[in-house]
Amino acid sequence: MTGPRPSEVDAARIGRIFREESGRCVATLAGVFRDIDIAEEAVQEAFAVALDRWPELGVPDNPGAWITTTARNRAINRLNREARGRELLRERAVLVPVNPEAEEVGAVRDDVLRLLFTCCHPALATEAQVALTLRLLGGLTTEDVARAFLVSESAMAQRLVRAKRKIKAARIPYRVPEAHDLPDRLRSVLAVIYLIYNAGLSSRAGDELRPEAIRLARTLTELMPDEAEAAGLLALLLLTEARSPARHDASGALVTLGQQDRARWDHAMIEEGHEIVRRCLRRDRPGPYQLQAAINAVHTDAARAGQTDWHQIVALYDDLLALSPTPVVALNRAIAIGETRGPADALALVDELDLDGYGPYHAARADLLARLGRTDHAREEYDRAAELAATEAERDFLARGGRHRT
Amino acid sequence: MAQYLLSAHGVEGEARGPMTEDEVAAVTRKVLEMEAEMKSQGVWLFAARLHAPDTATVVRVSDGEVLTTDGPFAESKEHLGGFYLIDVDDLDAALHWAARTAELVNTPIEVRPLVDHPGG
Repeated sequence: MTGPRPSEVDAARIGRIFREESGRCVATLAGVFRDIDIAEEAVQEAFAVALDRWPELGVPDNPGAWITTTARNRAINRLNREARGRELLRERAVLVPVNPEAEEVGAVRDDVLRLLFTCCHPALATEAQVALTLRLLGGLTTEDVARAFLVSESAMAQRLVRAKRKIKAARIPYRVPEAHDLPDRLRSVLAVIYLIYNAGLSSRAGDELRPEAIRLARTLTELMPDEAEAAGLLALLLLTEARSPARHDASGALVTLGQQDRARWDHAMIEEGHEIVRRCLRRDRPGPYQLQAAINAVHTDAARAGQTDWHQIVALYDDLLALSPTPVVALNRAIAIGETRGPADALALVDELDLDGYGPYHAARADLLARLGRTDHAREEYDRAAELAATEAERDFLARGGRHRT
Repeated sequence: MAQYLLSAHGVEGEARGPMTEDEVAAVTRKVLEMEAEMKSQGVWLFAARLHAPDTATVVRVSDGEVLTTDGPFAESKEHLGGFYLIDVDDLDAALHWAARTAELVNTPIEVRPLVDHPGG
């Protein structure tokens, strides 16, 4: 034991270590027992053991291996006490407890990927995919996940139980999909990670969700280095997250991209994002996440808002619209055109879109109308956008007619 | 192995547009080909096509008395039109056959796992 001195190991630190390691441990044990519930309970049990022992003995050198081994041995002992459990152990050929140093690292990585694909299986509803991914791979408690999505803890617990029951009863496989299924299934994994990040932008629990989404995207790119869209998603998240320190001023008020203090951006994160985007460009297999990352790379490339290369942004939106012809993409393209060809052209494009009730649509119309001097109409749109705002800071900004606090 | 019920649900009055005899023959041939494939891969357990829902009769027992009523159990617009029972490795395999069936018969296919029977 070379960890910190016993006195420094408190419950909070142990909690953090488990949070960090539990996804890998649950994945490994799900691989061993082919049962998510057993894996999850076993890791919980190991947590209780750690709370009991680590304060006295210190944190093990390799906490992940310790947790996996302890959890596995506990589960084996428990299963051995009942006939059905013994049968399961025989079926899975899990015969004996193992020693802590014997964990294989490569196998762990494959298990994480398998569990991620199981959690994001298209036979599960999106909200179940998100909840399972955060609970099983992110190591968030049911309470954390419930808070992030504004549902009660009991409702979230029920959602998780139901999803796990379906995985078991319907035999949702625990494996990386075969090649012919992979593009579709990978899309659903990427969508879940992106949803987790976006929930992090508008939720009070966001400070937990955003780093978790980035960690999942990073894991995915390490596990599937040939998937350009996984890299694209990671770059997109990094380039969005890099700007978060400047997104609100000292009073908590929203600051839009054009007005942000760019010195407050996280430039190391931006550099990493740019590097990934450059690698994606060299690969030349563009997809929606890579294009959105590229758009964000152009934004973060400008030292001042006025130096933004809007023509390049419009060109990237053209490509994105060709790949995913959705009204939301068309809206963002129109906003970019507002910077190259002016607000009248942009408004004409925006008015063709059927996005009534979508907050950013009303905010965009409000801004364009204000720039065209149509103040009354702009006011109405600002009010509508404020009603639909996702966060307090956004609502406040829009209610002031899109003006920054001075 | 796991067993699944693949059921085809038709919407009343929304039957496919009238098909020519040739089209009917072509679909039938493709369905038979798919079933032969299911059998040769050891997937096929049982299959049936049902008559229209208005040929159904519901039997209930209430206080020891048998009540018989004409018509289907549920007054719904969607009715079970036919089904396959299949035996495959996991849900992904079941979804594969469901997708093939849905494409051929042009109706949604519900995939439901059967409860494992002991010793089965």
